[in-house]
Amino acid sequence: MSEAGSGAASAGRRWSWTDPKFRSAVIQIVLALILVWLAWSFYSNAAANLARQGIASGFGFLEDRAGFAISQTLIPYNESMSYGRAFLVGLLNTLLVAVLGIILATVLGFLVGVGRLSENWVIRTLCSAYVEITRNLPPLFQILFWYLAVLATLPGPRQSWGFGIQPMLNGLAGGLSSIGLGFLGTPLASFAASLNAPSVFVNNRGLVLPRPVFEEGSSVIFIAFGVAVVAAIAVAMWAKRRREATGQQFPVFLTQLGLVIGLPLIAAAAAGFPVTVEHPELRGFNFIGGLRVIPEFVALLLALSIYTAGFIAEIVRAGILAVSKGQTEAAHSLGLKPGPTLRLVIIPQAMRVIVPPLTSQYLNLTKNSSLGVAVGYPDLFAVFAGTTLNQTGQAIEIVAMTMAVYLTISIATSLFMSWYNTRVALVER
Amino acid sequence: MAALSHSFVAKDLLAAEPAPAAEHGPIGWARHHLFGSVPQVLLTLFGAWLLYATIPPLVRFFITDAVWTGDSRAACVPASPDQVVGACWPFIAAKFNQLVYGFYPEAERWRVNLAYLLGAVLLVPLLIPALPGKRLNALLFFGAYPVVAFVLLTGGNLDLRHSLLGYLGLSAPFDALGQAFGVRAAFWADYVLSAVVVAAVAALIARMVAGAGAEKGAAKTALTVFAALGLVLLAVDIDFGLPSVETRLWGGLLVTLVIAVTGITVSLPFGILLALGRRSELPLVKISSILFIEFWRGVPLITVLFFATYMLPLFLPGRLTIDGLLRALVGVALFASAYMAEVVRGGLQAIPKGQYEGAMALGLNSGLMMRLVVLPQALKLVIPGIVNTFIGLFKDTTLVLIVSIFDFLGSLRAAFTDPNWATPTTLFTGFGFAGLVYFLFCFGMSRYSMALEKRLDVGRRH
Repeated sequence: MSEAGSGAASAGRRWSWTDPKFRSAVIQIVLALILVWLAWSFYSNAAANLARQGIASGFGFLEDRAGFAISQTLIPYNESMSYGRAFLVGLLNTLLVAVLGIILATVLGFLVGVGRLSENWVIRTLCSAYVEITRNLPPLFQILFWYLAVLATLPGPRQSWGFGIQPMLNGLAGGLSSIGLGFLGTPLASFAASLNAPSVFVNNRGLVLPRPVFEEGSSVIFIAFGVAVVAAIAVAMWAKRRREATGQQFPVFLTQLGLVIGLPLIAAAAAGFPVTVEHPELRGFNFIGGLRVIPEFVALLLALSIYTAGFIAEIVRAGILAVSKGQTEAAHSLGLKPGPTLRLVIIPQAMRVIVPPLTSQYLNLTKNSSLGVAVGYPDLFAVFAGTTLNQTGQAIEIVAMTMAVYLTISIATSLFMSWYNTRVALVER
Repeated sequence: MAALSHSFVAKDLLAAEPAPAAEHGPIGWARHHLFGSVPQVLLTLFGAWLLYATIPPLVRFFITDAVWTGDSRAACVPASPDQVVGACWPFIAAKFNQLVYGFYPEAERWRVNLAYLLGAVLLVPLLIPALPGKRLNALLFFGAYPVVAFVLLTGGNLDLRHSLLGYLGLSAPFDALGQAFGVRAAFWADYVLSAVVVAAVAALIARMVAGAGAEKGAAKTALTVFAALGLVLLAVDIDFGLPSVETRLWGGLLVTLVIAVTGITVSLPFGILLALGRRSELPLVKISSILFIEFWRGVPLITVLFFATYMLPLFLPGRLTIDGLLRALVGVALFASAYMAEVVRGGLQAIPKGQYEGAMALGLNSGLMMRLVVLPQALKLVIPGIVNTFIGLFKDTTLVLIVSIFDFLGSLRAAFTDPNWATPTTLFTGFGFAGLVYFLFCFGMSRYSMALEKRLDVGRRH
């Protein structure tokens, strides 16, 4: 908007297509007209169609009674509660599978990614095979495979597979006896019999775990945990300041670990261990007590974390390869041992390359968790865009709300990513 | 002196000794790559155990213990409890047609085969960089092939109704024409008239805006667009005598490939437009492109499919009913366009500024600059990215089974419910077969994209 330009235009020059200002104005006005027309026709068509089908628009339906059960609820829910409550239950289920999936996929992905760079030929080949197979099979295929072919063909509750020390020792004892070492096997079996029966079971109805029961007075433990986390952060900050001032190292990680585990333990001991464990028991045809995990959740979690781990492995590998070999050599020549070299020189630089694509993989995992609808896992999508949409017919509001949730998550992720990028960019020269 | 004559001076260098046996050959390799240290040995043993625990059982299940012949579940059910029965391949043989064609009528399956064959004949030379005629080949594959495949698969003969003028409230004369000479005549009369009217309007606007002499070009452009569109419409409107096959009869690999190929063909032009829009200097164009791209990239594909299946019909005029497969295709196209736009943008950003400046210095306007200088270089750079998008799209086609369209995976799941083939190994056989098919497609494409990447890299270094 220079003076000369506006002066020329006001001097009554003929508007011409070769004038960039005029051209851009025309293009934008035409685009705006098209967009307005599209929006208006969508709106009027939707209004007419909804009126014809007798569907009231608006979000009033969220207050209505839902009337359907949900097989996994993290907050209290029953059929007499509202659609709004069902939405919350679904949202929490989505977040649960996303958070656990992200943790599992990260651990597995880092292991496989480092394994692909191993000197060891067997490990390297196995890790490469893992990456190629998991990345090249569609995630929905993997979910259906785990659900239909693996979990559904497990034995029923009465023949559940038990996991724990006892069955393992029993198996070992049996093995020893069968190869003629009965003198070792028999005492082992009797020792195993003296232990508690296993309390983790796998069957075609899912996973049964022991459930911790927090009795009165257990709030002390949570308070202690909170204090420990704050203290751990404080220790890290203090240690960093001291290192920068004096160059002295401090075992930060071990101290933090001790704080976070030790403090709640001490608190629990002081309160007289107000936590008991409820073991599942087989009664009749199913288990009573304990924590039951539905097979849909197990299938979805396994498939998502195995699929995403393949991608994370490639990201980790690329990140480590991106740190030039000179960095390692320079660190060694400064007298750093291999451990500190990895921890202080290589990993911080590799993380700069790893974190941005890693967050987008986390986002993909969260978005892919909506595939749980194919096996009936009650996540946000299945509960809301599935059952609620079927019952109420409020397609516009429901699809928009579902999309808004995923959009919010992805915008939050990209905000984090740009924050991280500016933070690591400051470290650069 | 005599001592000197006896002295020994080597005239030749000694040949290098071979490295110690422990450092080269199989032993050295094993020492370095398998048994270098105690942790290494443990890892090797663990890996060997893992291989031993997975490979032999898989080979046994899928090959040695497998049942290869038979025509019902009886062949695959163990005769006695001790008998070990592996994969049930007769199940795949019995369901093969369903997995490839869905419920496409048997008498018409040659059309599907012909479409597959045409696609392969056009695609293979496109993928081999050494072969000439890429421009014509790409035009045939991306322009002509979709129309031909559409006519082959659906049967064409769409019986088009009103064109532009008919919708603008002038339907009465065309209805009369339709009653006299048939619907087709009415449509084409409307179409030709519309073309003339639009061309005249374009010429008028061009004359007003750009002055005398510009109207000829504008009219010509409008008529060319109408003629090209008319050719496509003519192809789908002509009655070739092919019986119509509804899309709800389609299924299996056919649907998977239709969705993947449509997605990539539609998303390429739209993706390029969106990528250019995102880099545009016009604020409105830029903002609307960014919003479009980030919106579709931020939501899972399954919500996009639900949007296309349940919401889109509400947004369109009530008399328009859209085919179920077409709705899914619209959803996939929207989604893929947003991803493609980001891939193309990556290519555009990689073009050095000097290229733009050089083009401008030559006096090219922005359209010509993009078409002749920037896009050819940028698109070549992003071919691997496009192939990767296609792999993702191919894997994502499985999601349509959630909106009740039977793609390859959906047909497989439907085949599992057949009680005639309910055996303990049916599920594993089916997943093994489908997994192999998906793996071969995706792995093949990813290897191709890696090879291309290497080639492009080499090309740039020279």
